[in-house]
Amino acid sequence: MEVKETYNGTIREVTLGVGDKAVVVGGETALSFYTFEGVMPRKPVIAFDVYDEEPADWPAPVVEPYKDVLGDPVKWALKCQNEYGADMICLQLVSTNPTGTNRGAEEAAQTVKAVADAIDIPMIVYGTANVEKDTEVLAKAAEAAQGKNVLMGPIEEDNYKTIAAAALGFQQAGATHSPIDVNMAKQLNILATQLGLNADRIIIDPTTGALGYGLEYVYSVMERLRLAALTQNDSMTQMPIINTIGKEVWKAKEVKVSTEEEPAWGDAETRGIIWEAMTAIALLMAGSDILVMRHPKAVELTRDFMALMA
Amino acid sequence: MALTGIDIFKLLPKTNCQECGVPTCLAFAMKLAAGQAELSSCPHLSDDAKAALGEASAPPIRLVTMGSGDDAFKAGGELVMFRHDKTFFNPCGYALLIDDTSGASEIDGKLKQVNESHFVRVEQDLKADMVAVKCSSGKPETFVEIIEKVKAATSLPLILMSDNPEVIHAGMAVNGEAPLIYGANKDNYEKMADLAKTHKTALAVISDNGIDGLNDLVPKIEALGVKDLVLDPGYRNPKETLQSLVYMRRGALVKKIKAFGYPTIAFPVEETSDEMMETLLAGLYTCKYGSIIVVGNLKPQYALPLYVLRQNIYTDPQRPMQVKQGIYPIGTPNENSPVLVTTNFSLTYFIVTGEVEGSRVPAWMLIQDVEGLSVMTAWAAGKFVPEKIAPFIKGSGIEEKVKHRKLVIPGYLSQMSGELDDELEGWKVEVGPREAADLPAFLKAWSA
Repeated sequence: MEVKETYNGTIREVTLGVGDKAVVVGGETALSFYTFEGVMPRKPVIAFDVYDEEPADWPAPVVEPYKDVLGDPVKWALKCQNEYGADMICLQLVSTNPTGTNRGAEEAAQTVKAVADAIDIPMIVYGTANVEKDTEVLAKAAEAAQGKNVLMGPIEEDNYKTIAAAALGFQQAGATHSPIDVNMAKQLNILATQLGLNADRIIIDPTTGALGYGLEYVYSVMERLRLAALTQNDSMTQMPIINTIGKEVWKAKEVKVSTEEEPAWGDAETRGIIWEAMTAIALLMAGSDILVMRHPKAVELTRDFMALMA
Repeated sequence: MALTGIDIFKLLPKTNCQECGVPTCLAFAMKLAAGQAELSSCPHLSDDAKAALGEASAPPIRLVTMGSGDDAFKAGGELVMFRHDKTFFNPCGYALLIDDTSGASEIDGKLKQVNESHFVRVEQDLKADMVAVKCSSGKPETFVEIIEKVKAATSLPLILMSDNPEVIHAGMAVNGEAPLIYGANKDNYEKMADLAKTHKTALAVISDNGIDGLNDLVPKIEALGVKDLVLDPGYRNPKETLQSLVYMRRGALVKKIKAFGYPTIAFPVEETSDEMMETLLAGLYTCKYGSIIVVGNLKPQYALPLYVLRQNIYTDPQRPMQVKQGIYPIGTPNENSPVLVTTNFSLTYFIVTGEVEGSRVPAWMLIQDVEGLSVMTAWAAGKFVPEKIAPFIKGSGIEEKVKHRKLVIPGYLSQMSGELDDELEGWKVEVGPREAADLPAFLKAWSA
């Protein structure tokens, strides 16, 4: 009775960070957690969201664990590293958003350097997906984090030339971001590699949708990317995948509404934790290698889940 | 061993009469082989051909119905490994486990969960599908008592759980509907098969040895004449359960192993004692090939995310979820509140209304039916264009609700603002942001 699948491709291994705490992601030779027919050499990693200014719209369950450090990205990042055992920090430069605080690139770069110097785990630096502003901000950030081997993004089709070049110039890795589309994800990887960024310095950001808010789209795009990578040996889909889960989950109506406002939906904090962890589990099964998350309990549950599956 | 399209073709009349709805007998044969056609569609088959083809043309995973009427639950009938290959057809069901040795208050609490964890989202009912009653007492009279209690509280189909045929026999006596008997193992399968046949119920087959045990036991039970089976590979750890569920789905669909051609049952409730982890494991089996998923809790904070996951995974990728056309008040808007129009693609609706809600600016959302397409796709298809939007706005009734006549359109449609201005008499068209995330800032600055 032969029911095993055979695969002919392998997900690339990408190293992020430096020193003892550097992480390697990728390396799968089968669909994620299908260890009965291939190798998953390591568990996916979890990065904690850290904002470079006090977040304005986080609901209570994710403000509570960080309330003593919000507004101080260095302390915040250290808390995630030291108290919650974060594998990585995802520093989100939300203050640079032109429709918000609109902080300049230089100032944002100082925060990048301060956080990078304070922590010893690897860092992800994300802009605001504003195509023009990110060009400036991420170029400065790449320079400020030189020697730290960070993952920077999102690199978009409209700004890849500048941002991928900055990643290349300052020896950082890049997250190529496409709008939930297999072919556009491939195309952007082709463009970035043609520019000189090595394929093993690229992570795919396929655009994340939260549970109930487009999860099924990213789930299927990731499954298709993984099948192309593993069964068709398609080189430009063989990068590890990152999902920015926290940012999407914690703006969903079902996690923002309090227990008092909607008693029929049950305890709000538990509901939010499950919403985030459930999104994580579905995307892990679809092929995620880096999960960017927020609630410490959701992270703990996701880790427990991976331990059960290992 | 399943037949190929060519094998089937040899047994067909080869008249190309087209009465089956397919242009040629060869094409019909190919569809049969792929499980996409029913043998009964051919009116001219010889009895010999029917006998020979009956097995080969059966759907690769049998559709098993449990219960009846509005509460009937259908499991199986799947045709693909990955939802993007077509769709997952029959949403998995969640069964809440009730143990007959639990105290009355615990049982009442669980029955309350079954009835109260009921939500409506995108016009779909999200709810529990079955209740599993487990005989841990070993006493038929206790089992019967609890079954009667459950039946008084819910009309959902039941799963009766015991490995003792006498206990199941007693339980069936008070349970008129056609539920699931759980179940048959290698020691009791003959008696359990008898019970399933007598009461016309589905029967769960429980392996003590994963898929190998099922491959051995299922044909023996089929030979006894039981047609509606549900398969349990028997492991109680998620790693081996996942492996079994993947192998069974692939075995049935790709390798055409007939013994695996039935719906599956998984037991997160027996794989962890932690409620949160149980919910996540139920999510795992929702993604990966569970048909009936038995849990120990369905409190709303767990049930809602679980049901929404099922809704996501079982959405047809070819037919996006749609919301109804109409006026949606966000917050408590008044005659001076902004008016925004967008399409009825559920994702567009959720993201846009989510941002409007987040802005805390009360507003009127006008959702136009464009068959569930996103803004740009609907525009390109000629369904979300000035000559369609204008009559929708005029006929929506919004003119009775607001004093001003300003309409905010999605930023990506800025090029049509002039034309819509002309088309929509008495209104002034304003171009909103391109990204929903920029709506709060836009709305805070907006004035009538």
